[in-house]
Amino acid sequence: MTAENKIYFYPIWLRIWHGINALGILILIFTGINMQYSNPKFELINFQFIVNLHNIAGILVTLNYLLFFTGNILTSNKRYYRLKLKGLIKRLNLQIGYYTSGLFKHEQPPFPLSEKRKFNPMQKVSYLIVMYFFVPGLIITGLGLLFPETIIENVYSVSGIFLTAIFHASLGFLVSIFLIVHLYVASIGKNPLNNFKSIINGYHDMDAH
Amino acid sequence: MRSSFQVLLILFFLGFSLKSLAQEKKLAPENDLCLKCHTHQTFTFHNTLTKHDDRRMMNPLYILDMDRLTSGVHAKFKCTDCHSADYAKYPHNAELKLEPLSTCLDCHGGDKKYAVYQFEKIDEEFQKSVHFQKSGESFTCSKCHNQHYYQAKSRNSSVVGDIVSFSNEMCMSCHSNNVKFQLISDTLKPALSQIHSWLPNQALHFKNVRCIECHTRVVDSLSVSHNILPKSKALNNCVECHSKNSMLKASLYKYKNLQIRSEGGKLTSIISNKSYVIGAYQNIALNYISIIIFLLALAGICIHLIIRIVKK
Repeated sequence: MTAENKIYFYPIWLRIWHGINALGILILIFTGINMQYSNPKFELINFQFIVNLHNIAGILVTLNYLLFFTGNILTSNKRYYRLKLKGLIKRLNLQIGYYTSGLFKHEQPPFPLSEKRKFNPMQKVSYLIVMYFFVPGLIITGLGLLFPETIIENVYSVSGIFLTAIFHASLGFLVSIFLIVHLYVASIGKNPLNNFKSIINGYHDMDAH
Repeated sequence: MRSSFQVLLILFFLGFSLKSLAQEKKLAPENDLCLKCHTHQTFTFHNTLTKHDDRRMMNPLYILDMDRLTSGVHAKFKCTDCHSADYAKYPHNAELKLEPLSTCLDCHGGDKKYAVYQFEKIDEEFQKSVHFQKSGESFTCSKCHNQHYYQAKSRNSSVVGDIVSFSNEMCMSCHSNNVKFQLISDTLKPALSQIHSWLPNQALHFKNVRCIECHTRVVDSLSVSHNILPKSKALNNCVECHSKNSMLKASLYKYKNLQIRSEGGKLTSIISNKSYVIGAYQNIALNYISIIIFLLALAGICIHLIIRIVKK
């Protein structure tokens, strides 16, 4: 493997952000599921500990999100998130076609990664949705639940806390699904561990997809 | 424009006076004479020494709130049903105050009409309570249940907030009032916010949960447990309420008027739910949807992985 085949894809700030985010979100999902299905008669881990851990991880991920957000404003990393709507459906279809068929026939990917293109169209759309809608939504509802006195008491006749809680849990669930798919798709590379190594050492192997 | 305003004004006052007539009608007419003084700040009596009519301030403790009296469960009672008939004589004989009043069980005990309220069982539970243990017989029902104004709120109201505030006012009447607290104790009342400092979102909990939720244990056949526990046995485990098997379902949400809230799952019942306990409601529909999405994602990944391995 020569140096020319590698691109420095993930600057150090991004890898730190990604590492903290991965750890934080794993803790949040684990503690979140524990709270959702808590049972006083069958307490695996102390409930209060789980709640505290969820709160601390939530605050950590929130502060970390600021790093992601400002990092993307200040550095050139933002260009990877710019989405051109024109022809988007066609590009998405091409990418879906690759994942569901072309990949198995060992065809070349329709959007090979380069210094100008870090994400394929599916990645770009899903990352945009997750990082600019789901995660901020979770942060806002999470902060609301952390300070419930700030939540509107009743929205028409429905409890504001109920709406916030159900929105928070639903978004959390969707992020969990994203995480599972994200981890699986990351295993599609030259070899299954290739992309995981990239996000740690920063270099993307161009021989991998 | 002006005339229609006048009509509105007349209608408003007509409605107002009709309301007060109806309100007075609800009370026993025999009480008119008593209420003539006992709903006012001042009273007039003929001073037999000076031979003049004297106007004096009424003792604030003896002034009744007409609105609350009319909404109370004993609204139709005559004053002399509980107080001595000799009170009919005015000025009242000072010694009448020494007479013991009828207790709740004097009327409610052993009466089939009140069987549903289980007064005997309440008494049995109450005798185990820290209130009875510390103060004995001097801790009467009326220490918490004001006979003049009592309402069966927890049975009849469907608004959780009303039930909670009505119930907590009973506790607070002593526990946030040193004067009344010292009727049964020689010490000052404990500082509530301090001893509950472990409780997250204290103000919200005090507003939305009854004190008795943590300070009693639910007895299945009773609507409200009267066995107020000593401080050491009070509940301080969050998960007892904030979980699928929330104990609130057996207490605050046990009444028929609120049961729909505890049944969970049905979106309509949750949607109409103004009071919500995080963790206590599991929306079955959403739970199923999430499990289906999760399984579909896993299945998709497995199929993809298998094809990847086969086509390698």
